[in-house]
Amino acid sequence: MRILLDKFSKSFGDVRVIEDMTLEIKDGEMLALLGPSGCGKSTTLFAICGIHKVTGGRILFGDRDMTGVPSQERNVGVVFQSYALYPHMTVAENIAFPLRIRKLPEAEVKRQMEEMANLVHIEALLDRRPAELSGGQQQRVALARALVRRPNVLLLDEPLANLDAKLRLEMRSEIRRIQLETGITAILVTHDQVEAMSMCDRIAIMNAGEIIQIATPQEMYRNPRTAFVAGFLGNPPIAFIEAEARGGMLAVKDADIRLPMPANATTPPDGTPVIVGIRPENLGRDGDAPIRGRISFVETQGRENLYDLTLANGSVLRSIQRESDDVSLNDEVEWRVRSDQLFLFAQNGERL
Amino acid sequence: MTGHLKSWPIVLALSILSAPLVLMYAYLFIDTFTNAPPGSFIPNEFTLEHWTFLWHTPPGRLSIWRVTLNSLMFATSTATLVVVVSSMAGYVLSRLNVPARGFFLAGVMVLHAFPAITLIVAIFLVLQIVGLYNTLIGVILVKAAIDMPLGIWLMKGFYDTVPWEIEMAGIQDGASRFTVWRKLVLPQVKPGIFALGLFAFLLGWGEFILPQVLAPSGNAQVLSVYLAALIADDNNFDMALFKSVGLFYIAPVLILFFFFQSYLMNIYGGGTKG
Ligand SMILES: Nc1ncnc2c1ncn2[C@@H]1O[C@H](COP(=O)(O)OP(=O)(O)OP(=O)(O)O)[C@@H](O)[C@H]1O
Ligand SMILES: [Mg+2]
Repeated sequence: MRILLDKFSKSFGDVRVIEDMTLEIKDGEMLALLGPSGCGKSTTLFAICGIHKVTGGRILFGDRDMTGVPSQERNVGVVFQSYALYPHMTVAENIAFPLRIRKLPEAEVKRQMEEMANLVHIEALLDRRPAELSGGQQQRVALARALVRRPNVLLLDEPLANLDAKLRLEMRSEIRRIQLETGITAILVTHDQVEAMSMCDRIAIMNAGEIIQIATPQEMYRNPRTAFVAGFLGNPPIAFIEAEARGGMLAVKDADIRLPMPANATTPPDGTPVIVGIRPENLGRDGDAPIRGRISFVETQGRENLYDLTLANGSVLRSIQRESDDVSLNDEVEWRVRSDQLFLFAQNGERL
Repeated sequence: MTGHLKSWPIVLALSILSAPLVLMYAYLFIDTFTNAPPGSFIPNEFTLEHWTFLWHTPPGRLSIWRVTLNSLMFATSTATLVVVVSSMAGYVLSRLNVPARGFFLAGVMVLHAFPAITLIVAIFLVLQIVGLYNTLIGVILVKAAIDMPLGIWLMKGFYDTVPWEIEMAGIQDGASRFTVWRKLVLPQVKPGIFALGLFAFLLGWGEFILPQVLAPSGNAQVLSVYLAALIADDNNFDMALFKSVGLFYIAPVLILFFFFQSYLMNIYGGGTKG
């Protein structure tokens, strides 16, 4: 079902958390709400499921205005960060709870419960209690319980935050598989950009209660609208250096480095201070614009090496390259940047 | 217990210290089944005559079974009332956004600290006016009201430990607030309910002053009052009878403790496992 937040605002007393936010989630889409801690992701989620009353604007499910509808009637499936399984019930009873509340006939409850248990692969655990399950298994139960009554939308609040790294990888693809199999509209809240990029159709990136950009992961990575977005996506992260427009070129501040203007940027007038963003994978042995500096840090990541390159003016660039032995700490090197992959931002962070 | 050689001095010291108590209890028990010659403490014959009160009701007194039933009703009713009201009020104070919540919390706290006995004259008057003086219902209501603040605080503490997300999950699953409380939250505080019920029962069973003042005679007499009447009876004072009734009176308490001691220990040990 299509979900629309229309000029939605939420404040707690005097604290304005979200103001006039408009966000559309398409039918069957999985959208990530990505942003730093405290930016209002959970608040948005809780407004959609009705735990928080909105202070302004509307929330629409399909064409129906849900703004004043109580939680119980919204039919939203929520997976909480702590899973919130009912500790005194078995797995089967947990999953069946929403159906029993609806007073479905017992045979039907059992059938749907088992169908859902099969979908999330926990058929063998139905008689256990939550305390007797591993974190990943609890996660699956929570998903099954949220999905069993075929909700209008599935909300996931940092569902992977409590899992260890390996399990996180596994559940990432599992959640996506289940979402695609059920075709449900889903919103995933996370502050992990890798999760957002790998699991979702589109990402809405938030900062301080505002949506900065909504786009597909590739589009957002290739074409960030602000320096904030560029800095949020990518691991290792993008590096920024200060520069000045001069004669159609970019002169890096306090250093004898000239970079060509990226083709997709509007050329600012001479003397304008700008911020140049360079992603680590675009700085290395090939490219068209040379950059000189000293290697100030080397980190071996197995297949690749991560280098910090300190320029003459003290700013630091990052470079990620195939593993090799020919450069070491404190070497002076001349590497190259692919100038078509540069991002140019104004001083206020807006993309040029 | 091998290997705990160092503990024997402590065990010995404790044994010596508690010996008088144990002896007293043992003597109480033996004394009710025997007779001793005048001027001696050593029993010389077995008898059941001190227990005849169980099947023979002297004139002018209530039957012991009637009194026991009264005590039982008094203790169970107060316990039930306290548990029912506290389990709801505790939840409301712990979770719902009621107006003047802070005031209620403080008020309950003050009431709990308040020595209820100072109110006894006022309560006496009120009961007389509403016609509940000398009735079991009257004392039950008063006793329950006095125990309730403790119960409410206890239950609020238990509710505070239940994760908030569980309730929100229940709401999202379509359950009403009441269903959430009954089906999802209440099972998590079962140990609290159980402990409170037990304590309230024992408090009711042991209560003396309130029934003595508010329901001293008539058909509402409870065991503690009955026992006190025995001492007060100057005409046919019977020490052995008093001891027997006393033993009869504490027996249920001992039995309860015997069955539930491990459970109570568990609660005090922080074992609030759901
Ligand atoms: N009940 C509340 N009363 C007052 N302020 C609140 C309340 N709940 C949240 N806030 C504020 O709203 C802002 C957004 O909170 P929210 O929980 O939505 O953050 P978040 O994006 O989910 O962060 P995180 O990633 O840490 O979970 C925070 O600044 C927080 O302090
Ligand atoms: Mg949050």
